[in-house]
Amino acid sequence: MNKKFNKLYNILCVIFALIFIAAMIITVSALPNIGDATNPTNNEVSEKYLTDSSWETGSLNAVSGMILDYRAFDTLGESHVLFVATVAVFILLRRDEDSRKDLPTRCLNQSYEQAYDPILAKSLEFLIPAIFVFGIYVIANGHLSPGGGFSGGAIIGAAFILYLNAYGLESIERFCNSRTYLICSCCALLFYGLAKSYVFYVGANHLHSIIPVLADGSILASGLILPLNIAVGVVVSNTVYALYIMFRRGGFSR
Amino acid sequence: MQILMASLLILLVILAVTIAVTKRLLPAVIIFMSYSVINSIIWMLLQSPDLAITEAAVGAGISTVLFIVAFKRMGLFEKAIDEESAKGTEKEASSKSGKEAENE
Repeated sequence: MNKKFNKLYNILCVIFALIFIAAMIITVSALPNIGDATNPTNNEVSEKYLTDSSWETGSLNAVSGMILDYRAFDTLGESHVLFVATVAVFILLRRDEDSRKDLPTRCLNQSYEQAYDPILAKSLEFLIPAIFVFGIYVIANGHLSPGGGFSGGAIIGAAFILYLNAYGLESIERFCNSRTYLICSCCALLFYGLAKSYVFYVGANHLHSIIPVLADGSILASGLILPLNIAVGVVVSNTVYALYIMFRRGGFSR
Repeated sequence: MQILMASLLILLVILAVTIAVTKRLLPAVIIFMSYSVINSIIWMLLQSPDLAITEAAVGAGISTVLFIVAFKRMGLFEKAIDEESAKGTEKEASSKSGKEAENE
């Protein structure tokens, strides 16, 4: 009976998958062509963004002008999603002092996770500064070139993970432990939320910061977009690193 | 350009099916990473470099690392290695299990 049911189940699975694939392909083939001038997406909204975003927001990159100025609350929500995800992982995986006692030492010993690898450590001496500088470049030039807080933050988080794997938990916890994680993330989210709330409170008139809105291709010429990019980058890099270290054996030691 | 795009898309479908079919976990994760890399090339061809950078950093880098760490923590790689060694010659397997029994 069970075997028969399994066979039927497999056949039904394949049939359902084929029907689903056919429906998807029919839907996709009904979509308009990419880059066609008569597409419904070519309306006044994208036209407004493309023509006005450079002088209104000071961002030469229309995408970051859109996500950090016109739709800044959207990005705020995304940053909070990341933060909530890490907090959920913290709740599920973090071990406090009491439960640490009951576990076998194998589960907590961080040095069990990796052996010191001289090739990795030596090559990362050259690679890690380069990755950090590239990540900072991507964040700081978010309003001039492709990139921004999300991608630059992910690059810096990857650099943190490499550092942790090459030199061990003790050397990275000198400057990056759970306390600094919480302080940095909360400050970045608070700054973002307050700055954008103020802007929307005064009717989306731009917050008059020290940084001018020029859009002339220099880094300090985009109003609030650069600080907001930095805040998003801090949140993303912290999230990436915290998720990695919580999934690792042992987690944060402090 | 058309041929490049078409071949990339076909490769994407092949990789997606391969991920679902692959039994061993580490190769599946690595194929998933190559899927993300090809996806980011496609974003680049569609003239959205922002998405391409994010896809390369998050899809190919971070999610692969997180998958590997999570599987390692669950002990799935160790189990796979055990199964592989068990598939070796019967003599080896029997002697190994005998040793294990002695250790226990």
